[in-house]
Amino acid sequence: MTSTHPAVELDGLTKSFGAVTAVDGLSLRVQPGEVVAFLGPNGAGKTTTIDMLLGLSRPDTGTVRVLGGTPDDAVARGRVAAVLQTGGLLKDLTVGETVEMTAHFYRHTRPAAEVLERAGITDIAARVVGRCSGGQQQRLRFALALLPDPDLMVLDEPTTGMDVEGRRDFWQALRRDARRGRTVIFATHYLDEADAYADRIVLVRQGRIVADGTTAEIKNLAAGRTVRATLPGADQAALAALPGVDAVEVRGDSVLVRTGDSDAIARHLLTRTAARDVEITSRNLEDAFLALTTAQTGA
Amino acid sequence: MTASTSTRTGVTEPDRRLPALGGFAPGALRIELRRVLRNRRTLAFTLIMPGVFFLIFGLPQGGQSLDNGRPVTAYVMISLAVYAAMVATTSVGGAVATERALGWSRQLRLTPLRPAAYVATKLITAMSLGLLAVVVEFLVGAVAGVRVPAYVWLLSGLAAWIGSLVFAAFGLFIGYLAPAENVMQIIGPVLAVLAMFGGLFVPVEVLPDVLQQVATFTPVYGMGVLARAPLTGDGVSMAAVVNLVVWALVFGVGAARLFRRDTARV
Ligand SMILES: Nc1ncnc2c1ncn2[C@@H]1O[C@H](COP(=O)(O)OP(=O)(O)OP(=O)(O)O)[C@@H](O)[C@H]1O
Ligand SMILES: [Mg+2]
Repeated sequence: MTSTHPAVELDGLTKSFGAVTAVDGLSLRVQPGEVVAFLGPNGAGKTTTIDMLLGLSRPDTGTVRVLGGTPDDAVARGRVAAVLQTGGLLKDLTVGETVEMTAHFYRHTRPAAEVLERAGITDIAARVVGRCSGGQQQRLRFALALLPDPDLMVLDEPTTGMDVEGRRDFWQALRRDARRGRTVIFATHYLDEADAYADRIVLVRQGRIVADGTTAEIKNLAAGRTVRATLPGADQAALAALPGVDAVEVRGDSVLVRTGDSDAIARHLLTRTAARDVEITSRNLEDAFLALTTAQTGA
Repeated sequence: MTASTSTRTGVTEPDRRLPALGGFAPGALRIELRRVLRNRRTLAFTLIMPGVFFLIFGLPQGGQSLDNGRPVTAYVMISLAVYAAMVATTSVGGAVATERALGWSRQLRLTPLRPAAYVATKLITAMSLGLLAVVVEFLVGAVAGVRVPAYVWLLSGLAAWIGSLVFAAFGLFIGYLAPAENVMQIIGPVLAVLAMFGGLFVPVEVLPDVLQQVATFTPVYGMGVLARAPLTGDGVSMAAVVNLVVWALVFGVGAARLFRRDTARV
């Protein structure tokens, strides 16, 4: 790609529906080629953000740039395509006709046979859409999104309503299609999907980004352990300076140390300080996700 | 963040120009037409039913003549052709309601297809089905023995067909008014009542006086008069022309406004 524009630039996006602030000052920059998971609980504002990103709705405040231009222009040029959470198909067309019809709206597309193949629905091309399963319809939407060979692919919870096998097939299709240069942004509730497929995870809650990092970084937030001890007058700065410490929190007489090396910290606390009642607890990604997306964060 | 900046090796850069005509394409139109012709319900109401009506209500009047000596069967046939065309164009326009209810319009907004190109496709599809409806009704008439001069076939047919444009607009108007999947089940009876007032089932003259007065203001009246004029030889009254133009404007402008509201970004 010759362009040096970010694939997506969201700046201070806000969107309210009556009293509900669905998106609350959200800023995000995605570079070409990144595969980003938009992870958050129900009502976090993922769909609302994606709608603004695609130009389907207008932000109350803030700006959206897609591949250096407006969303409408990116859509019209086939540079961005999407698989939406809502958005229907014509039940009386066949799978093949739906692809053929959609292809006519673009100046240039990949061949219909190729996108059907890549979405794994070649065998049902002659089937009427109304008689396809939810998973098959979702793969048809994916095939439609592949038609313009987009630079940016946006997927809003593409596997919702699919069974385990359907989800696996869908991600396999997406992965088979993955090629360098295409930016992918997908919204999901499922940590395992984000973990398995994204290079970067953006955690959203109540319309804000609560964490943003590489999958490894986000996992790190969670993979460590927390060492808790009773230590009146703990020297927070000194503890924070120990190797392997991610964060130190002092609550009254208690000190909580989040770390990747709980053994060393426990040893330090027991041998070099007056700490007692040492407890070590581990957190998994699920816990981190819950903590980050449900608890009130100070920031 | 580790952003990959690699180029797409082995992939030719796609053509990113905007589509011509806002994405309007004969290929998509062809699929739309195929869709319509596959819909048994539409075919039953636009092609079969009006033909059957002619056989039931028109044929028994064989041998009777109008004041100018032309056959009454032709009068019935032309009226029913107007009816067939208006049902045809309304049902295609009204299908917008179904597509909105299904969320297809939202899906379309993720493609380069401009809303105006979508509406143009719908209008052409509606008018194609309208033309087919007129032709089928005339064929049924011709086979059943209706004989009128060529210019009557041509002018009445054209008037019935072009007049049905008003109802293509009406269908779109309703389609953008109500996102319902079974919109035609609601509009069907409405069309029948309008056709009644428009003199398509019985001549307006047989209605009670008050209803005759009302009838001249209803949307089918104008196109009915125009379509039958070549046959009856009666001049086209100003009232009929005004009726047609006014209703065309009402539905056309109404559809355009609702369409604009629908495509506005919220
Ligand atoms: N059109 C609307 N009218 C009113 N409220 C809305 C509308 N769209 C979204 N909301 C509200 O905005 C908030 C964010 O919704 P949104 O759909 O963006 O969340 P989400 O993260 O996509 O959730 P989910 O995981 O359930 O899809 C919710 O509280 C929702 O109820
Ligand atoms: Mg959502």
